[in-house]
Amino acid sequence: MKKDTIAAISTGMTNSGIGIVRICGEEAFQIIDKIYKGKEILSQAATHTIHYGHIVDGKETIDEVLVMLMRAPRTFTGEDTVEINCHGGTYVVKRVLETVIKNGARPAEPGEFTKRAFLNGKMDLSQAEAVIDVIHSKSEYALQSSISQLKGNVKKKIKTIRESIIYHTAFIETALDDPEHIDLTGYADQLRSVAVELSKELERLIQSSDSGRIIKDGIQTVIIGKPNAGKSSLLNVLAGKERAIVTDIEGTTRDVLEEQISLNGLTLNMIDTAGIRQTEDIIEKIGVDKAKEYVDKADLILYVVDSSRVLDDNDREIMELLVGRKTIILLNKSDLQTATTKESLREALQNVSGMQKEDVCKMPMIDISAKEEHGLDELENILQEMFLKGEVSFNEEIYITNVRHKSALIEANNSLKKVIDSIDMQMPEDFFSIDLLDAYEALGSITGETIGEDLVNEIFSKFCMGK
Amino acid sequence: MKYSANSVWENSDEYDIAIVGAGHAGCEAALACARLGFRTLLFTISVDSIALMPCNPNIGGSSKGHLVREIDALGGEMGKVIDQTFIQSKMLNQSKGPAVHSLRAQADKANYTRTMRKVLENQENLEIRQMEVTDILTENSKITGVKTYSGTVYPCRAVVLCTGTYLKARCIYGDISSNTGPNGLQAANHLTDSLKALGIKMYRFKTGTPARIDKRSIDFDKMEEQKGDKVVVPFSFTTNPEDVQIDQVSCWLTYTNPKTHEIIKNNLDRSPLYSGKIEGTGPRYCPSIEDKVVKFSDKDRHQVFIEPEGLDTNEMYVGGMSSSLPEDVQYAMYRSVPGLEHAKIVRNAYAIEYDCIDARQLKSTLEFKNIEGLFSGGQFNGSSGYEEAAAQGLIAGINAARKLQGKEGIIIDRSQGYIGVLIDDLVTKESHEPYRMMTSRAEYRLLLRQDNADLRLTKLGHEIGLIDDARYKRLLEKEKLIADEIEREEHTNVGTAKEVQDLLERYHSTPLTSGISLGDLIRRPELSYDALAPIDKERKELPADVAEQVNINIKYEGYIKRQERQVEQFKKLEKKMIPESIDYNEIQSLRIEAKQKLSQIRPASIGQASRISGVSPADISVLLVYLESRR
Repeated sequence: MKKDTIAAISTGMTNSGIGIVRICGEEAFQIIDKIYKGKEILSQAATHTIHYGHIVDGKETIDEVLVMLMRAPRTFTGEDTVEINCHGGTYVVKRVLETVIKNGARPAEPGEFTKRAFLNGKMDLSQAEAVIDVIHSKSEYALQSSISQLKGNVKKKIKTIRESIIYHTAFIETALDDPEHIDLTGYADQLRSVAVELSKELERLIQSSDSGRIIKDGIQTVIIGKPNAGKSSLLNVLAGKERAIVTDIEGTTRDVLEEQISLNGLTLNMIDTAGIRQTEDIIEKIGVDKAKEYVDKADLILYVVDSSRVLDDNDREIMELLVGRKTIILLNKSDLQTATTKESLREALQNVSGMQKEDVCKMPMIDISAKEEHGLDELENILQEMFLKGEVSFNEEIYITNVRHKSALIEANNSLKKVIDSIDMQMPEDFFSIDLLDAYEALGSITGETIGEDLVNEIFSKFCMGK
Repeated sequence: MKYSANSVWENSDEYDIAIVGAGHAGCEAALACARLGFRTLLFTISVDSIALMPCNPNIGGSSKGHLVREIDALGGEMGKVIDQTFIQSKMLNQSKGPAVHSLRAQADKANYTRTMRKVLENQENLEIRQMEVTDILTENSKITGVKTYSGTVYPCRAVVLCTGTYLKARCIYGDISSNTGPNGLQAANHLTDSLKALGIKMYRFKTGTPARIDKRSIDFDKMEEQKGDKVVVPFSFTTNPEDVQIDQVSCWLTYTNPKTHEIIKNNLDRSPLYSGKIEGTGPRYCPSIEDKVVKFSDKDRHQVFIEPEGLDTNEMYVGGMSSSLPEDVQYAMYRSVPGLEHAKIVRNAYAIEYDCIDARQLKSTLEFKNIEGLFSGGQFNGSSGYEEAAAQGLIAGINAARKLQGKEGIIIDRSQGYIGVLIDDLVTKESHEPYRMMTSRAEYRLLLRQDNADLRLTKLGHEIGLIDDARYKRLLEKEKLIADEIEREEHTNVGTAKEVQDLLERYHSTPLTSGISLGDLIRRPELSYDALAPIDKERKELPADVAEQVNINIKYEGYIKRQERQVEQFKKLEKKMIPESIDYNEIQSLRIEAKQKLSQIRPASIGQASRISGVSPADISVLLVYLESRR
């Protein structure tokens, strides 16, 4: 059995207020010493005690935490265990886990805590099997969602990088197996520039998770509409109704108000474009450019129309943004007299250049009244339906948000750097392919395409924390 | 005495092990069994075709050379015989890392066959019998003997099947097909039915060979000469390097051209491969010229190597142009190649189809899972190549003998040798084409070099009983010399003396500013152990093979250590054995696909299980948990 130190978020990625990162294994105490700042040195503290302090990554303080220390053998797994209770939402917990991993732990495999508990005699087989059953039953869904997290640019990019790596590896290998047919003279230089380029791309991906962007799991939803259509009141109503605001962070880089809202178990990351205009202090003119930027990144658009007023140029400009986007149209102010009907709206939409007639017909339209809180149930139902049909999914535009993905990218990048080193050291070509394959395998573990097809399970780590 | 015409006659000479087939696998298997003290009977369809090389006239090559070295390190015969019969030799990939250096020798085919036959004929405990084996006899799924075409039963306790490409063999070119084995030899048409009756699943594979051309009809002026190495390295660790410095013959390089390709393309409909007359699965790595022209249509030329088949023959092998096109097209095609304009064909190119098995029915010891005492090796197991065959034959032979000795079978794992990779791949992974060894298949190839095969395997060979004490003692001495010298180099420091700086300058290496160990200097890419001789005052003269090991081990230390760490991880799972009695259907948490695959393949260890496609790490976790619970 591997006896290295493993770590995982043991509370699952639910939207609970507290997250626990569990570290387990021989180096658990060494690792916590490296990242914990508080009154005492934890490796010297008594077992089964709780300590208040901060988790730091270098100079940066990540979170205020309570750390629980449990030494072997009186622990769940029977090995040294440290649990970090974090305050923060999903993002902060992930950052804490990342820091732990950076300092020597590796992401736990699904069921690994349980496996260790079992192997250390802490659990009987029936208990262990029950846990593993859960892993299996959830695995299919988790794999799907993990891979769908990777839709869009990142997956495409990783695929391209992998293709390039495997192409070059295969080239070298063919030359080794058939030296009289393929000559590698001068090839090292060519490979070097490829490796440098690939490494740069990997670094950009890795940075996307470090850049301070606040990414949360959820459907990126943008509320759009002309001034005073009722966007903010809609947001407030939605947020208030469920009282499910998990984080409410004034974006540091985004200049936008973003709220995470849970409707019937679906998480929406609501971006209120109204927020933009307030910071820019432009009252009458729609900040089309800015709004467009968010619309481009959105999985879903909520277009709020003031049905008590007739459509104007502002509306038509907005409609142009809707071409090819998943949109729900909300005719707000149904409590007032109607000036814009669904029919007139559809007609206007069909006149927008580039808009497919078919799309317009399918576009859901709901009468609502944010003020009277009327029509919101229908919105929820439609959202659910769209999600279940796969019309909307998580994070179409994706950054690296998953710790496991990130550590795989770093691993791949390190392997590529080793290739470059080997080239610079004028090592023979066969040494390059060893590291190239490592990089290939590391990247494959993200897309679920590793040769051994396996690490699929690492993706499931989210589901098997703890018990 | 009168014999009844219809009764089965039982041969009452006593034999322990029967080997079916005397190709490269059969020869190694038979020698191993006999040398381990068992009365061995080697069946062959024709005594004249023992150790025949019906295709390419060479032994070794990339990664195959490694196999030959490993066979030799374990006490096999192939390396010794090729060292006596080669007519040209090359170390391939010399400009690349030591892991991929590979020996390849052109053989004098007739001499190779003759020499191997002589070894067999003079081997104590070994008898040769020209006869087709038609039935494998068992009782309660245990070997009891074999029956031949003549109806005679030979009782024995173990059988090694090495039938090569002879089972229901069919040779084809154009619309001509004949039910013969390679070279027009008689096929073995009866054994397949007996195997099927024993519940063995058969595949049908295909391979091919190019034409042989009369040397006198070739214009060598239009070709590039390919000479052997100036200094020849022997295959066998027991061969004195001085004995292999012989006069070598040349091979010749020429190319196909657009005209060749046009001839082929225009006649594709007459190729049995494309018209569907051939049902067997052919290898992707060794395509016929038709395949090359179709699949790589952007290439306007392909290499053609003209290789001598021996010293006493005018036949030349046309490497790179195997084919199953009709005879008239073959003439046109070959004659379009520069230097072959007036080529006279001695033997046509042809494709051959044959029965082989799905090797996943075998244990890692090469014994059938469902028939005790039945082993198999070579092309019958779905591999291709003389070297792959010999390697498996050796292991199958050793394990048949160990079975009768009551000892546990030998399994060479993937970190110990290419032989291990070869057998593990064959018995674990699904294959749709003849399996060829390739260096990229070996995960730990930095450790599995051809130069250290003896250090990796000769101890095992001694333990098995195929390596004598004297050779074993020499190996231990070599090990000690290497270790001591590495130690000394790492702890001998040199300073900024003029002599040192001058030497560094000669090799364009950065001068020293303070003291440094010789080991650190060896690790510089531009330097080597040999290069440092002038400044290494304490150095004693060491044998070349020892110096080579010292250099490689110091120079690539970082990489080697890394792979050693990977091997440690790998071994942990490899050591977790799965009991043969396990019932996968009983393990609730395994996914259905995993249950099916595991039940079908019945891996010997958790490590092997983890390499089966369709078995996920979660399944492996479940399996681990289950096994622990049964302890």
